Amino acid sequence: MEDTGVPAGAAAYLDAATAAPLHPVARQALLAALDDGWPDPDRLYASGRRARRLLEAAQAATAESLGVRPDELSFWPSGTAAVHAAILGGLAGRERAGHTLVHSAIEHSAVLHAAARHATARVGGTPRSSSGPDDDAGVPLERSSGTPPHNRPSVPVGVDLRGRLDLDAWRAAVAAPGVALASLISASHEVGTVQPVAAAAEACAEAGVPLYVDAAQSVGRVPVPPQWSLLTASAHKWGGPPGVGLLVVRKGTRWRSPYPGDDLYRPRAAGAPDLPAIVAAAASLRAVLDAAAAEAVRLSALVDRIRDTVSRTVPDVEVVGDPVDRLPHLVTFSCLYVDGEALLHALDRHGFAVSSGSSCTASTLRPSHVLEAMGVLSHGNVRVSLHAGTTEADVDRFLAVLPGVVADLRTEVGL
Amino acid sequence: MIELDCLGRRCPLPIIELAKAVRTVEVGDVVRVLADDPAAANDIAAWCRMKGQELVSAADTAFEVRRIS
Repeated sequence: MEDTGVPAGAAAYLDAATAAPLHPVARQALLAALDDGWPDPDRLYASGRRARRLLEAAQAATAESLGVRPDELSFWPSGTAAVHAAILGGLAGRERAGHTLVHSAIEHSAVLHAAARHATARVGGTPRSSSGPDDDAGVPLERSSGTPPHNRPSVPVGVDLRGRLDLDAWRAAVAAPGVALASLISASHEVGTVQPVAAAAEACAEAGVPLYVDAAQSVGRVPVPPQWSLLTASAHKWGGPPGVGLLVVRKGTRWRSPYPGDDLYRPRAAGAPDLPAIVAAAASLRAVLDAAAAEAVRLSALVDRIRDTVSRTVPDVEVVGDPVDRLPHLVTFSCLYVDGEALLHALDRHGFAVSSGSSCTASTLRPSHVLEAMGVLSHGNVRVSLHAGTTEADVDRFLAVLPGVVADLRTEVGL
Repeated sequence: MIELDCLGRRCPLPIIELAKAVRTVEVGDVVRVLADDPAAANDIAAWCRMKGQELVSAADTAFEVRRIS
């Protein structure tokens, strides 16, 4: 590759939407909790009781941060595990009301995978349709089949070009007979567009359908409207340690465990909890929320700079997602004629860690279902996501390097 | 009509070939692309929207694009 004349400089990690760097408070709390956090909090002797107190304190602090009751909150071994528990447990709890999951077409793949498992289970263990490549992506199987809506295991609801939920279609979908649960991401993890959660919740309330909100990208950064029935989050998205997922099931919401265990009606992960990580998650969430409003302003200005500069300095580029009603820390764009994987590696050589929704970077070799649902270009895709450690200089260095990197890759293919 | 056989070729190669071919035809002419990459249908439509060209038809693995400008 050509030397662009720009010194590589310090590496800049720009993939906070995958995992944010560990917050200093998380590190401190994690180390402090190692000493008392190893016993099983279910045991009745002194060290077990100390561990129990730690767990209860973490639970109370986290519940307060989220504005919920401590007994509505449970900790899971990852954000993904919490998502699976929310979907499968939420559906199981509503078995008498119906079997259909209504979800936006831009949910995280963890939601779609749980939906696909639910669809498979509904027909006695065999996949229900052979819709071909869709199966690989874990996209629910029923999109184009002739099954009446109220018998479908899952009904996706589309989005517009900016990635915002089609509310009219959502209202119709949740009001159909046989809907057990509705699932809506609080804001797109791939393009940042904030979803109309309050309006979607209102439609669910009118239809008597519980709403599950996947708030992984919002918690710790922006408030989430409160009218949901189930909510999940993931500590490493806000700077907590990896391996801590949060599930909130509001009082009055039916939930039944899809897993083996003693208590089928009280959400709880199997096995001993990772107490030090949970304590670190609770402490860091509090610290992150204290600074969240100011950080949102700071990062949002940097995202605006990226959106404006990329549109001006890179030809044939599409900056996607809503420019205003968006997450403060995340921006996505697609470059015509560029292979996403090649772009990712070229940026990595310059010291920048970013992610991509292009098919060549996915295990399935399919393009991102989010970009596809929006109808925006899926190749040459880059997602940049910022965090507390991201400086103006990091962003400017990235913006200085990007046009040359894209131009070099295009030259290689004769464009 | 130009026909580009991009079967078996991965995105973005079909889009690159399409862009190159459209430059060589007259305004109003149609370029036909055969492509079976799972991203082709989405990305050919997105390319037409971004570049102001017309997607005349899209059926399975065959796409027809008319040069508008």
